[in-house]
Amino acid sequence: MQIRIVAGSNAAIYKQIADQINRAVAAGDLEVGQMLPSVRQLARELVINPNTVAKAYADLVQAGIVETQAGRGFFVAKRRQVYTKTERMRRLDESIQSLINHSFSLGFSTEEVLDRVRELFAKALRGVPESTS
Amino acid sequence: MSTHSAQNIAFSANGLTRYFGSKPVVRQCSFAIPRGTVTGLLGLNGTGKTTAIRMLMGFLPPTRGSSAILGIDSQALTAADRMRIGYTVEGHFLYNWMRVADCECFQAGTFARWNGKQFRETIERFGIEPSARVSHLSRGQRAGVSLALTLCTLPEVLVLDDPALGLDPVSRQALNETILEFVESGDRTVLLSSHLLDDIERIADRILIMVDGRFVVDTTVENLLSRLSTCTLELEEDIKSLPTIPGLVHLRRIGRRWTLTIVDMGSETEETLSQLGGRTLVRSQTAFNDAAMAYLSRSRGSSSFLSKTPIAPASIGANQR
Repeated sequence: MQIRIVAGSNAAIYKQIADQINRAVAAGDLEVGQMLPSVRQLARELVINPNTVAKAYADLVQAGIVETQAGRGFFVAKRRQVYTKTERMRRLDESIQSLINHSFSLGFSTEEVLDRVRELFAKALRGVPESTS
Repeated sequence: MSTHSAQNIAFSANGLTRYFGSKPVVRQCSFAIPRGTVTGLLGLNGTGKTTAIRMLMGFLPPTRGSSAILGIDSQALTAADRMRIGYTVEGHFLYNWMRVADCECFQAGTFARWNGKQFRETIERFGIEPSARVSHLSRGQRAGVSLALTLCTLPEVLVLDDPALGLDPVSRQALNETILEFVESGDRTVLLSSHLLDDIERIADRILIMVDGRFVVDTTVENLLSRLSTCTLELEEDIKSLPTIPGLVHLRRIGRRWTLTIVDMGSETEETLSQLGGRTLVRSQTAFNDAAMAYLSRSRGSSSFLSKTPIAPASIGANQR
Protein backbone atom coordinates (compact mmCIF):
# COMPACT_ATOMS: atom_id res chain seq x y z
CA MET A 1 0.00 0.00 0.00
CA GLN A 2 1.04 3.56 -0.62
CA ILE A 3 0.78 6.01 2.27
CA ARG A 4 0.31 9.64 1.35
CA ILE A 5 0.47 12.53 3.73
CA VAL A 6 -0.25 16.22 3.49
CA ALA A 7 1.42 18.81 5.69
CA GLY A 8 -0.69 21.78 6.72
CA SER A 9 -3.81 19.60 6.89
CA ASN A 10 -6.28 19.57 9.75
CA ALA A 11 -5.16 16.07 10.64
CA ALA A 12 -1.75 15.73 12.28
CA ILE A 13 0.69 13.78 10.12
CA TYR A 14 0.92 10.86 12.58
CA LYS A 15 -2.86 10.63 12.50
CA GLN A 16 -2.98 10.56 8.72
CA ILE A 17 -0.54 7.64 8.71
CA ALA A 18 -2.40 5.74 11.45
CA ASP A 19 -5.77 6.32 9.76
CA GLN A 20 -4.55 5.06 6.40
CA ILE A 21 -3.04 1.91 7.88
CA ASN A 22 -6.17 1.37 9.94
CA ARG A 23 -8.31 1.68 6.82
CA ALA A 24 -6.04 -0.60 4.78
CA VAL A 25 -6.30 -3.26 7.48
CA ALA A 26 -10.10 -2.92 7.59
CA ALA A 27 -10.31 -3.13 3.80
CA GLY A 28 -8.04 -6.19 3.70
CA ASP A 29 -5.29 -4.42 1.75
CA LEU A 30 -2.98 -5.25 4.60
CA GLU A 31 -3.28 -8.81 5.82
CA VAL A 32 -2.81 -10.18 9.31
CA GLY A 33 0.87 -10.90 9.87
CA GLN A 34 1.98 -8.60 7.06
CA MET A 35 5.07 -6.54 7.89
CA LEU A 36 4.87 -2.77 7.84
CA PRO A 37 7.78 -0.69 6.55
CA SER A 38 10.27 0.17 9.28
CA VAL A 39 9.96 3.53 11.00
CA ARG A 40 13.09 4.79 9.30
CA GLN A 41 12.09 3.52 5.89
CA LEU A 42 8.63 5.10 5.98
CA ALA A 43 10.04 8.36 7.37
CA ARG A 44 12.51 8.51 4.49
CA GLU A 45 9.86 7.73 1.94
CA LEU A 46 7.54 10.45 3.22
CA VAL A 47 10.37 12.90 4.08
CA ILE A 48 9.17 13.36 7.64
CA ASN A 49 10.65 13.12 11.10
CA PRO A 50 10.97 9.45 12.18
CA ASN A 51 9.38 10.29 15.55
CA THR A 52 6.16 11.06 13.69
CA VAL A 53 6.08 7.58 12.18
CA ALA A 54 7.00 6.08 15.55
CA LYS A 55 4.04 7.91 17.12
CA ALA A 56 1.66 6.62 14.44
CA TYR A 57 2.89 3.05 14.97
CA ALA A 58 2.68 3.40 18.76
CA ASP A 59 -0.95 4.49 18.46
CA LEU A 60 -1.72 1.54 16.18
CA VAL A 61 -0.05 -0.84 18.64
CA GLN A 62 -2.08 0.64 21.47
CA ALA A 63 -5.27 0.20 19.49
CA GLY A 64 -4.35 -3.45 18.85
CA ILE A 65 -4.18 -3.04 15.07
CA VAL A 66 -0.44 -3.52 14.84
CA GLU A 67 1.95 -5.52 16.99
CA THR A 68 5.69 -5.39 17.44
CA GLN A 69 7.89 -8.42 17.40
CA ALA A 70 11.06 -7.63 19.28
CA GLY A 71 13.81 -6.71 16.87
CA ARG A 72 11.83 -7.76 13.82
CA GLY A 73 9.55 -4.82 13.26
CA PHE A 74 5.86 -4.00 13.09
CA PHE A 75 3.21 -6.43 11.84
CA VAL A 76 -0.53 -6.29 11.27
CA ALA A 77 -2.05 -7.91 14.35
CA LYS A 78 -4.81 -10.47 14.57
CA ARG A 79 -8.04 -8.63 15.08
CA ARG A 80 -8.82 -8.39 18.76
CA GLN A 81 -10.45 -5.91 21.03
CA VAL A 82 -8.20 -4.05 23.41
CA TYR A 83 -10.99 -1.88 24.78
CA THR A 84 -14.04 -2.80 26.80
CA LYS A 85 -17.46 -2.47 25.19
CA THR A 86 -18.13 0.72 27.17
CA GLU A 87 -14.84 2.24 26.16
CA ARG A 88 -15.40 1.35 22.51
CA MET A 89 -18.82 2.95 22.67
CA ARG A 90 -17.39 6.05 24.31
CA ARG A 91 -14.77 6.41 21.59
CA LEU A 92 -17.35 5.88 18.88
CA ASP A 93 -19.67 8.46 20.43
CA GLU A 94 -16.84 10.95 20.55
CA SER A 95 -16.26 10.64 16.81
CA ILE A 96 -19.95 10.76 16.05
CA GLN A 97 -20.40 13.86 18.19
CA SER A 98 -17.75 15.65 16.20
CA LEU A 99 -19.44 14.49 12.98
CA ILE A 100 -22.76 15.85 14.20
CA ASN A 101 -21.17 19.19 15.10
CA HIS A 102 -19.53 19.49 11.70
CA SER A 103 -22.74 18.51 9.93
CA PHE A 104 -24.67 21.22 11.79
CA SER A 105 -22.18 23.90 10.94
CA LEU A 106 -22.10 22.84 7.28
CA GLY A 107 -25.89 22.71 7.10
CA PHE A 108 -26.48 19.04 6.22
CA SER A 109 -29.60 17.16 7.24
CA THR A 110 -29.45 13.92 9.22
CA GLU A 111 -30.52 11.90 6.16
CA GLU A 112 -27.88 13.47 3.95
CA VAL A 113 -25.19 12.71 6.50
CA LEU A 114 -26.33 9.11 7.00
CA ASP A 115 -26.40 8.49 3.25
CA ARG A 116 -22.93 9.87 2.92
CA VAL A 117 -21.69 7.76 5.82
CA ARG A 118 -23.04 4.59 4.14
CA GLU A 119 -21.45 5.58 0.86
CA LEU A 120 -18.03 6.22 2.38
CA PHE A 121 -18.17 3.07 4.49
CA ALA A 122 -18.77 1.04 1.34
CA LYS A 123 -15.92 2.80 -0.40
CA ALA A 124 -13.52 2.30 2.51
CA LEU A 125 -14.31 -1.41 2.69
CA ARG A 126 -13.71 -1.76 -1.03
CA GLY A 127 -10.34 -0.10 -0.38
CA VAL A 128 -11.04 2.94 -2.53
CA PRO A 129 -9.18 5.82 -0.93
CA GLU A 130 -11.23 8.91 -0.27
CA SER A 131 -9.35 12.15 -0.88
CA THR A 132 -8.59 13.84 2.40
CA SER A 133 -9.01 17.54 2.94
CA MET B 1 13.27 21.34 35.34
CA SER B 2 15.20 19.35 32.82
CA THR B 3 14.87 15.65 32.20
CA HIS B 4 18.09 15.51 30.21
CA SER B 5 21.62 15.25 31.49
CA ALA B 6 23.98 18.02 30.39
CA GLN B 7 25.90 15.88 27.94
CA ASN B 8 22.76 15.11 26.00
CA ILE B 9 22.12 18.78 25.39
CA ALA B 10 23.22 20.23 22.05
CA PHE B 11 22.12 23.83 22.49
CA SER B 12 21.25 25.67 25.66
CA ALA B 13 20.58 29.16 26.91
CA ASN B 14 20.08 30.57 30.36
CA GLY B 15 18.40 33.95 30.70
CA LEU B 16 19.84 35.00 27.36
CA THR B 17 19.09 38.69 26.86
CA ARG B 18 20.22 41.28 24.34
CA TYR B 19 19.49 44.97 24.10
CA PHE B 20 20.21 47.17 21.11
CA GLY B 21 20.43 50.58 22.76
CA SER B 22 17.49 50.71 25.10
CA LYS B 23 15.47 48.22 23.04
CA PRO B 24 15.29 44.64 24.32
CA VAL B 25 15.44 42.31 21.31
CA VAL B 26 15.95 38.97 23.06
CA ARG B 27 14.54 38.72 26.58
CA GLN B 28 15.37 36.15 29.22
CA CYS B 29 15.48 33.19 26.87
CA SER B 30 16.24 29.82 28.35
CA PHE B 31 16.16 26.50 26.57
CA ALA B 32 17.83 23.11 26.42
CA ILE B 33 17.66 21.27 23.13
CA PRO B 34 18.50 17.57 23.36
CA ARG B 35 20.84 15.90 20.89
CA GLY B 36 19.39 13.91 18.04
CA THR B 37 16.48 16.26 17.43
CA VAL B 38 15.37 18.67 14.75
CA THR B 39 14.14 21.88 16.37
CA GLY B 40 12.17 24.40 14.38
CA LEU B 41 12.50 28.00 15.52
CA LEU B 42 9.45 29.99 14.48
CA GLY B 43 8.81 33.68 14.83
CA LEU B 44 7.74 36.66 12.80
CA ASN B 45 10.35 38.85 11.13
CA GLY B 46 12.10 41.13 13.60
CA THR B 47 11.11 39.07 16.61
CA GLY B 48 14.68 38.26 17.68
CA LYS B 49 15.36 34.85 16.09
CA THR B 50 18.50 35.83 14.24
CA THR B 51 19.84 37.80 17.21
CA ALA B 52 19.32 34.75 19.42
CA ILE B 53 21.07 32.52 16.88
CA ARG B 54 23.97 34.98 16.54
CA MET B 55 24.45 34.97 20.32
CA LEU B 56 24.22 31.18 20.40
CA MET B 57 26.91 31.02 17.69
CA GLY B 58 29.08 33.41 19.70
CA PHE B 59 29.00 36.13 17.04
CA LEU B 60 27.30 38.60 19.33
CA PRO B 61 27.81 38.99 23.09
CA PRO B 62 24.64 38.89 25.18
CA THR B 63 23.72 41.83 27.38
CA ARG B 64 22.85 39.32 30.11
CA GLY B 65 22.65 35.59 30.47
CA SER B 66 24.56 32.93 28.56
CA SER B 67 24.26 30.24 25.94
CA ALA B 68 26.21 27.13 25.04
CA ILE B 69 26.68 24.71 22.16
CA LEU B 70 27.66 21.12 23.01
CA GLY B 71 28.20 22.31 26.58
CA ILE B 72 30.74 24.98 25.63
CA ASP B 73 29.91 28.61 26.39
CA SER B 74 29.12 30.42 23.12
CA GLN B 75 31.49 33.26 23.97
CA ALA B 76 34.37 30.84 24.58
CA LEU B 77 34.14 28.67 21.47
CA THR B 78 37.59 27.94 20.06
CA ALA B 79 38.39 27.22 16.42
CA ALA B 80 38.49 23.51 17.30
CA ASP B 81 35.04 23.74 18.92
CA ARG B 82 33.69 25.49 15.85
CA MET B 83 34.79 22.53 13.73
CA ARG B 84 31.98 20.63 15.45
CA ILE B 85 29.36 23.20 14.47
CA GLY B 86 27.88 23.67 11.03
CA TYR B 87 26.27 27.02 10.32
CA THR B 88 24.49 28.19 7.20
CA VAL B 89 22.68 31.43 6.61
CA GLU B 90 20.50 32.45 3.74
CA GLY B 91 22.63 34.16 1.10
CA HIS B 92 25.82 32.29 2.07
CA PHE B 93 28.80 33.74 0.23
CA LEU B 94 30.08 31.82 -2.81
CA TYR B 95 32.55 33.03 -5.44
CA ASN B 96 30.55 33.51 -8.63
CA TRP B 97 33.47 32.85 -10.94
CA MET B 98 34.06 29.37 -9.56
CA ARG B 99 32.56 26.11 -10.69
CA VAL B 100 30.78 24.04 -8.03
CA ALA B 101 33.66 21.55 -7.88
CA ASP B 102 36.10 24.45 -7.31
CA CYS B 103 34.11 25.59 -4.28
CA GLU B 104 34.71 22.20 -2.73
CA CYS B 105 38.47 22.14 -3.51
CA PHE B 106 38.85 25.69 -2.23
CA GLN B 107 37.13 25.07 1.10
CA ALA B 108 38.51 21.58 1.62
CA GLY B 109 41.96 23.06 2.10
CA THR B 110 40.87 25.24 4.99
CA PHE B 111 39.31 22.52 7.15
CA ALA B 112 41.01 19.80 9.13
CA ARG B 113 38.15 17.39 8.46
CA TRP B 114 36.61 17.06 5.02
CA ASN B 115 34.34 14.44 3.48
CA GLY B 116 34.16 14.86 -0.30
CA LYS B 117 31.64 12.06 -0.67
CA GLN B 118 29.20 14.02 1.48
CA PHE B 119 29.63 17.00 -0.86
CA ARG B 120 28.90 14.97 -4.00
CA GLU B 121 25.88 13.27 -2.47
CA THR B 122 24.40 16.52 -1.25
CA ILE B 123 24.78 18.46 -4.51
CA GLU B 124 23.39 15.48 -6.39
CA ARG B 125 20.29 15.61 -4.22
CA PHE B 126 19.85 19.26 -5.23
CA GLY B 127 20.36 18.35 -8.90
CA ILE B 128 23.63 20.25 -9.22
CA GLU B 129 26.44 19.27 -11.60
CA PRO B 130 29.97 19.69 -10.21
CA SER B 131 30.91 21.44 -13.47
CA ALA B 132 28.14 24.06 -13.14
CA ARG B 133 29.22 27.66 -12.72
CA VAL B 134 28.20 29.23 -9.43
CA SER B 135 26.95 32.31 -11.31
CA HIS B 136 24.47 30.09 -13.20
CA LEU B 137 22.99 28.39 -10.13
CA SER B 138 19.41 28.96 -9.03
CA ARG B 139 18.75 30.20 -5.52
CA GLY B 140 17.87 26.67 -4.39
CA GLN B 141 21.04 25.27 -5.92
CA ARG B 142 23.17 27.90 -4.21
CA ALA B 143 21.58 26.89 -0.92
CA GLY B 144 22.40 23.28 -1.80
CA VAL B 145 26.08 24.10 -2.41
CA SER B 146 26.27 26.07 0.87
CA LEU B 147 24.71 23.22 2.78
CA ALA B 148 26.99 20.65 1.08
CA LEU B 149 30.06 22.72 2.01
CA THR B 150 28.87 22.86 5.61
CA LEU B 151 28.13 19.14 5.86
CA CYS B 152 31.55 18.13 4.46
CA THR B 153 33.20 19.25 7.68
CA LEU B 154 31.21 16.53 9.47
CA PRO B 155 29.72 18.78 12.13
CA GLU B 156 27.90 17.37 15.15
CA VAL B 157 25.31 20.12 15.18
CA LEU B 158 23.83 22.20 12.42
CA VAL B 159 22.43 25.71 12.83
CA LEU B 160 20.43 26.92 9.84
CA ASP B 161 19.07 30.46 9.82
CA ASP B 162 16.12 30.51 7.43
CA PRO B 163 17.68 28.06 4.96
CA ALA B 164 14.46 27.60 2.98
CA LEU B 165 13.92 31.29 2.20
CA GLY B 166 12.92 31.66 -1.42
CA LEU B 167 13.56 28.02 -2.34
CA ASP B 168 11.49 26.19 -4.94
CA PRO B 169 9.57 23.05 -3.82
CA VAL B 170 12.17 20.66 -5.24
CA SER B 171 15.02 22.35 -3.39
CA ARG B 172 12.92 22.46 -0.24
CA GLN B 173 12.38 18.73 -0.44
CA ALA B 174 16.11 18.21 -0.98
CA LEU B 175 16.81 20.43 2.04
CA ASN B 176 14.35 18.49 4.20
CA GLU B 177 15.83 15.15 3.11
CA THR B 178 19.32 16.39 3.87
CA ILE B 179 18.35 17.59 7.34
CA LEU B 180 16.58 14.33 8.22
CA GLU B 181 19.50 12.28 6.96
CA PHE B 182 21.87 14.38 9.04
CA VAL B 183 20.08 13.51 12.29
CA GLU B 184 19.52 9.86 11.36
CA SER B 185 22.64 8.74 13.22
CA GLY B 186 20.85 9.69 16.44
CA ASP B 187 23.24 12.08 18.15
CA ARG B 188 23.48 14.89 15.63
CA THR B 189 21.23 17.88 16.11
CA VAL B 190 19.65 20.56 13.94
CA LEU B 191 18.31 23.96 14.92
CA LEU B 192 16.64 25.78 12.07
CA SER B 193 14.61 28.92 11.82
CA SER B 194 11.94 29.07 9.15
CA HIS B 195 8.65 30.60 8.12
CA LEU B 196 7.53 27.47 6.28
CA LEU B 197 5.11 25.84 8.68
CA ASP B 198 4.41 22.85 6.42
CA ASP B 199 8.09 21.96 6.24
CA ILE B 200 8.55 22.40 9.97
CA GLU B 201 5.56 20.16 10.60
CA ARG B 202 7.19 17.48 8.47
CA ILE B 203 10.74 17.51 9.78
CA ALA B 204 10.82 18.99 13.27
CA ASP B 205 10.24 17.07 16.46
CA ARG B 206 10.62 20.12 18.67
CA ILE B 207 9.28 23.63 18.34
CA LEU B 208 10.43 26.94 19.71
CA ILE B 209 8.12 29.87 19.04
CA MET B 210 9.48 33.32 19.69
CA VAL B 211 7.22 36.30 20.23
CA ASP B 212 8.65 39.73 20.94
CA GLY B 213 12.00 38.33 22.04
CA ARG B 214 10.61 35.63 24.33
CA PHE B 215 9.91 31.95 23.86
CA VAL B 216 6.20 31.30 24.29
CA VAL B 217 6.44 27.69 23.13
CA ASP B 218 9.32 25.30 23.80
CA THR B 219 8.23 21.70 23.50
CA THR B 220 7.83 18.69 21.25
CA VAL B 221 5.44 18.93 18.33
CA GLU B 222 3.49 16.05 19.85
CA ASN B 223 3.07 17.82 23.18
CA LEU B 224 2.09 21.09 21.54
CA LEU B 225 -0.68 19.43 19.54
CA SER B 226 -1.93 17.28 22.39
CA ARG B 227 -2.41 20.27 24.67
CA LEU B 228 -4.26 22.56 22.29
CA SER B 229 -7.89 22.41 21.25
CA THR B 230 -9.87 24.50 18.84
CA CYS B 231 -13.50 25.41 19.45
CA THR B 232 -15.89 27.13 17.15
CA LEU B 233 -18.91 28.70 18.84
CA GLU B 234 -21.91 30.43 17.46
CA LEU B 235 -23.24 32.94 19.96
CA GLU B 236 -26.87 33.98 20.23
CA GLU B 237 -26.00 37.62 20.67
CA ASP B 238 -23.07 39.94 20.27
CA ILE B 239 -20.84 40.15 23.29
CA LYS B 240 -19.09 43.44 23.69
CA SER B 241 -16.78 42.80 26.61
CA LEU B 242 -14.88 39.59 26.82
CA PRO B 243 -14.86 37.41 29.92
CA THR B 244 -11.61 35.79 31.00
CA ILE B 245 -11.45 32.43 29.26
CA PRO B 246 -8.94 30.14 31.00
CA GLY B 247 -6.20 28.92 28.66
CA LEU B 248 -7.21 31.12 25.74
CA VAL B 249 -4.31 31.37 23.31
CA HIS B 250 -6.01 32.92 20.35
CA LEU B 251 -9.43 34.18 19.41
CA ARG B 252 -10.82 34.88 15.97
CA ARG B 253 -14.19 36.58 15.75
CA ILE B 254 -16.29 36.84 12.64
CA GLY B 255 -19.57 38.35 13.76
CA ARG B 256 -21.11 35.99 16.28
CA ARG B 257 -18.95 33.09 15.21
CA TRP B 258 -15.90 32.66 17.40
CA THR B 259 -12.98 30.33 16.86
CA LEU B 260 -10.89 29.85 19.98
CA THR B 261 -7.57 28.12 20.42
CA ILE B 262 -7.22 26.91 23.99
CA VAL B 263 -4.36 25.34 25.88
CA ASP B 264 -5.13 22.62 28.46
CA MET B 265 -8.87 22.88 28.07
CA GLY B 266 -10.56 21.80 31.26
CA SER B 267 -13.88 22.05 33.02
CA GLU B 268 -13.22 25.64 34.04
CA THR B 269 -12.87 26.69 30.41
CA GLU B 270 -15.88 24.61 29.40
CA GLU B 271 -17.98 26.33 32.03
CA THR B 272 -16.91 29.81 30.92
CA LEU B 273 -17.73 28.94 27.32
CA SER B 274 -21.15 27.57 28.20
CA GLN B 275 -21.92 30.76 30.13
CA LEU B 276 -21.40 32.73 26.92
CA GLY B 277 -24.56 31.11 25.58
CA GLY B 278 -24.84 29.76 22.07
CA ARG B 279 -23.77 26.41 20.75
CA THR B 280 -20.50 24.72 20.05
CA LEU B 281 -20.22 23.96 16.37
CA VAL B 282 -16.90 22.23 16.22
CA ARG B 283 -14.45 21.13 18.82
CA SER B 284 -11.30 19.46 17.62
CA GLN B 285 -7.60 18.99 18.06
CA THR B 286 -5.68 21.95 16.76
CA ALA B 287 -3.85 21.45 13.47
CA PHE B 288 -0.14 22.24 13.49
CA ASN B 289 -0.46 25.28 11.23
CA ASP B 290 -3.27 26.71 13.35
CA ALA B 291 -1.32 26.06 16.54
CA ALA B 292 1.71 27.91 15.21
CA MET B 293 -0.40 30.73 13.81
CA ALA B 294 -2.28 31.11 17.10
CA TYR B 295 0.97 31.84 18.90
CA LEU B 296 2.69 33.77 16.12
CA SER B 297 -0.20 36.17 15.66
CA ARG B 298 -0.08 37.16 19.33
CA SER B 299 2.87 39.45 18.84
CA ARG B 300 0.93 41.94 16.77
CA GLY B 301 -1.77 43.62 18.81
CA SER B 302 -1.84 40.84 21.37
CA SER B 303 -4.52 41.47 23.94
CA SER B 304 -4.59 41.37 27.66
CA PHE B 305 -7.31 38.71 27.80
CA LEU B 306 -5.08 36.06 26.27
CA SER B 307 -3.60 33.40 28.49
CA LYS B 308 0.00 34.05 29.43
CA THR B 309 0.73 30.38 30.00
CA PRO B 310 3.77 29.48 27.96
CA ILE B 311 4.07 25.89 26.77
CA ALA B 312 7.29 25.18 28.58
CA PRO B 313 9.65 22.22 28.57
CA ALA B 314 8.71 21.39 32.16
CA SER B 315 5.65 19.67 30.79
CA ILE B 316 7.54 17.23 28.59
CA GLY B 317 7.63 13.61 29.60
CA ALA B 318 10.99 12.02 30.27
CA ASN B 319 10.66 9.69 27.29
CA GLN B 320 10.54 12.49 24.76
CA ARG B 321 13.61 12.89 22.61
